[in-house]
Amino acid sequence: MAKSSIDLPPKGGFSFDLCRRNDMLQKKGLKPQSFLKTGTTIVGLIFEDGVILGADTRATEGPIVADKNCEKIHYMAPNIYCCGAGTAADTEAVTDMVSSQLQLHRYHTGRESRVVTALTLLKRHLFNYQGHVSAALVLGGVDVTGPHLHTIYPHGSTDTLPFATMGSGSLAAMSVFESKFKEGLTRDEGIKLVCEAILAGVFNDLGSGSNVDVCVITKGHKEYLRNHMQPNPRTYVNPKGFTFSKKTEVLATTITPLKEKVEVIEAGDAMEE
Amino acid sequence: MTKQHANWSPYDNNGGSCVAIAGADYCVIAADTRMSTGYNILTREYSKISQLADKCVMASSGFQADVKALQKVLSARHLIYQHQHNKQMSCPAMAQLLSNTLYYKRFFPYYSFNVLGGLDNEGTLHLPSTVGYSSQGSGSTLITPFLDNQLKSPSPLLYPPVDAVTPLSEAEAVELVKTVFASATERDIYTGDKVEIVILNASGIRREYMDLRKD
Amino acid sequence: MSIFEYNGSALVAMVGKNCFAIASDRRLGVQLQTIATDFQRISKIHDKLFIGLSGLATDAQTLYQRLVFRHKLYQLREERDMKPETFASLVSALLYEKRFGPYFCQPVIAGLGDGDKPFICTMDSIGAKELAKDFVVAGTASESLYGACESMFKPDMEAEELFETISQALLSSVDRDCLSGWGGHVYVVTPTEVKERILKGRMD
Repeated sequence: MAKSSIDLPPKGGFSFDLCRRNDMLQKKGLKPQSFLKTGTTIVGLIFEDGVILGADTRATEGPIVADKNCEKIHYMAPNIYCCGAGTAADTEAVTDMVSSQLQLHRYHTGRESRVVTALTLLKRHLFNYQGHVSAALVLGGVDVTGPHLHTIYPHGSTDTLPFATMGSGSLAAMSVFESKFKEGLTRDEGIKLVCEAILAGVFNDLGSGSNVDVCVITKGHKEYLRNHMQPNPRTYVNPKGFTFSKKTEVLATTITPLKEKVEVIEAGDAMEE
Repeated sequence: MTKQHANWSPYDNNGGSCVAIAGADYCVIAADTRMSTGYNILTREYSKISQLADKCVMASSGFQADVKALQKVLSARHLIYQHQHNKQMSCPAMAQLLSNTLYYKRFFPYYSFNVLGGLDNEGTLHLPSTVGYSSQGSGSTLITPFLDNQLKSPSPLLYPPVDAVTPLSEAEAVELVKTVFASATERDIYTGDKVEIVILNASGIRREYMDLRKD
Repeated sequence: MSIFEYNGSALVAMVGKNCFAIASDRRLGVQLQTIATDFQRISKIHDKLFIGLSGLATDAQTLYQRLVFRHKLYQLREERDMKPETFASLVSALLYEKRFGPYFCQPVIAGLGDGDKPFICTMDSIGAKELAKDFVVAGTASESLYGACESMFKPDMEAEELFETISQALLSSVDRDCLSGWGGHVYVVTPTEVKERILKGRMD
């Protein structure tokens, strides 16, 4: 069928319609824009009966904090989660896309998803885009073959590790892991170590901050501890509040009352003759 | 090899915010104590506030090395002034000296953002452009609108001139400073750790500290 | 200059108790020259859902037309209005589709969802959703707005107090931004009514 003339909802994939115009604008000397970045410290480790993932909750736009409590541990499958660092839109889109493919795959096979499946889908997508989709991920989960932890770089290369860190706070977090990680940690020790690693990123890296999210995945069970720690509350609120010395001047006011939506309750057999 | 360091810059930005508020008989000057570069914190306890004369205080953010050099020049000039005139420099004089010192390096500037505040001989306040309040540094874009809203000073162009002092009491001004720093720390990654507040009034100089977020 | 600063804009949305407010400035400029002083950046999608589009005005209007089109298709198919959360996902999807040649546009979405629960959200120009419980900002005056809102916002404000707070935050912020200003346009939406007000501001 020929390309339809009206703008129908697309079936998916990227659109490059505006690329030529945007390139032209850039050649005219306009600065390319910056996107929302996660900044980020994200970590993961394998403990005695599963995987623990951790993340901070700050999103930055240059030197400004755009979101103080965002979610960086994304759902992939009931037994697999994925931490994302890099351009916020890319990490969000790429994990959403792969999690839907995994869901379809589960419907098709009727089996639990495997971590390697998610890993392959993610790295194939990222490799396809040659690093232009800038998502750096820590993928963790427990499947029929046991616990797995992987890191995925924006260009599509992957690592399989017992403990991993990513993002701008990765060095701070790795310093904690390198000095304190050992094999066969218990659940509580594992959570404590993950928190300590994230806190190292939160306090020593300006790109990371606010709270600590943790996700514990064990065989047949997972626990998402959103805002497991909140070590950075606001330090001062004026006890007396403040007043506005001058009221805002209003030029015009329009008030539109909203109509009550009528709920139709079906009773008995309607339209029976 | 003619061009070795094409990307090297003599400047760095070490971040930080400064605020000053002037009242009828007091002056509050405040700055956070974080010094950072890029995404790293260099120290959490670096005082950006320096006392230039008995009743004249300057808070500076920007490039720490330049700030340090500037403070050294000003204190040396102040020492010479004291030897020549046998008295402390007044605040307007110090403001003029600061302005001249900065302009002297017009084409290789000190990369520093300064707020100068203090009391004049009668015990009232002076800021460089003699405004009622001012904010400089990485968080200034976040702080200034709220100070405008709370303290809105009359235009310096008005005739007859209108007094620029703020309507707040000293305690209220300190509370306002704490509020703006807590707010700036929430959103500016370069502001944080601690805020140092210097209060000048007829009875002398007082220092206060308040903790800010450390992330 | 960045292309985001071509027309200039300031947008902010705040949550109150069972209500929300969304506000914008009224200036449309071409760099430093002011073209219009009664420009509409906030548009109604349905009675309880508003979207403000900051950034390049031509992209904002194109994007708005596509959103209205998609919302009408949804209404025809589903015979109901879109929930704010759903609409936010739609905007995000439309923006991310153009990941490598984006619209120069940063949206602010505000609406009342199920049980009249307020919902606000903003995105960057490629659709990274940023959900907040308190306030969201966008536009050339965004830094000033962050500072002002961070100091002025209180949780659980009633409609009138919310209006005063968002107006004060908007006006004091645009006065420190060269590219936005000329008064403000504020919508305060409660479950029973929409109050639209035009604010007087500095005209320079």
